[in-house]
Amino acid sequence: MKILYFAWLRARIGCAEEELPLPSGIRDVADLLAWLQARSPRYAEALRDLSVVRVAVNQDYVGRKHPLHEGDEVAIFPPVTGG
Amino acid sequence: MIRVQREDFDIGVELQRLADGNHRIGGIASFVGLVRDMGGGDRVSALTLEHYPGMTEKKLAEIELEAHRRWPLDASLIIHRYGRLEPGDRIVLVATASPHREAALAACHFLIDWLKTDAPFWKSEETPEGERWVETRHEDDTARGRWEKR
Repeated sequence: MKILYFAWLRARIGCAEEELPLPSGIRDVADLLAWLQARSPRYAEALRDLSVVRVAVNQDYVGRKHPLHEGDEVAIFPPVTGG
Repeated sequence: MIRVQREDFDIGVELQRLADGNHRIGGIASFVGLVRDMGGGDRVSALTLEHYPGMTEKKLAEIELEAHRRWPLDASLIIHRYGRLEPGDRIVLVATASPHREAALAACHFLIDWLKTDAPFWKSEETPEGERWVETRHEDDTARGRWEKR
């Protein structure tokens, strides 16, 4: 799967994009966020407050229970501030 | 029509083109968003807009389609810029054309409200205190909410 990070999440994690196999046991967005938080102190810090974290899968906004599959494009970002 | 671009746009040319040759159109409504020189009480010398290429175009097209579902529009245009912009620079243009003003004005208002909460853009501001990411305004969610009940 491909994971993209934007805005301050990209800056805090220090990475805009990464490719990785869907980790075993990860079934939905909530699982992935928990897995990322446990990955390193840097990820834990960036993802500390999940109330300000939005997720899109294959370029559509999704909730935490949205299922994940190998090959998905997952984007993780703060609330949008365009316009 | 949707355009996501780094370059500036000419409001006159864009509005002119929107109604060109279509004499059913009785009015064009437009909204132009500009970079302010203040943010959170601090002087802003510039801002940088980041976006999610691909999803941005997808979301803007969905929002535009929704406006056409709700109102009898003959034409519409959303241009959103990204990159580094300075106070006074244009950020966004939303324009809607319809036989009658009510539809054009309402659809234009709807589009800018929805765009604010749904299009994946993020602003970071350069201030005397350093660079910082702009936070979401609660008012934007409220503004979008007024279109939910329809």
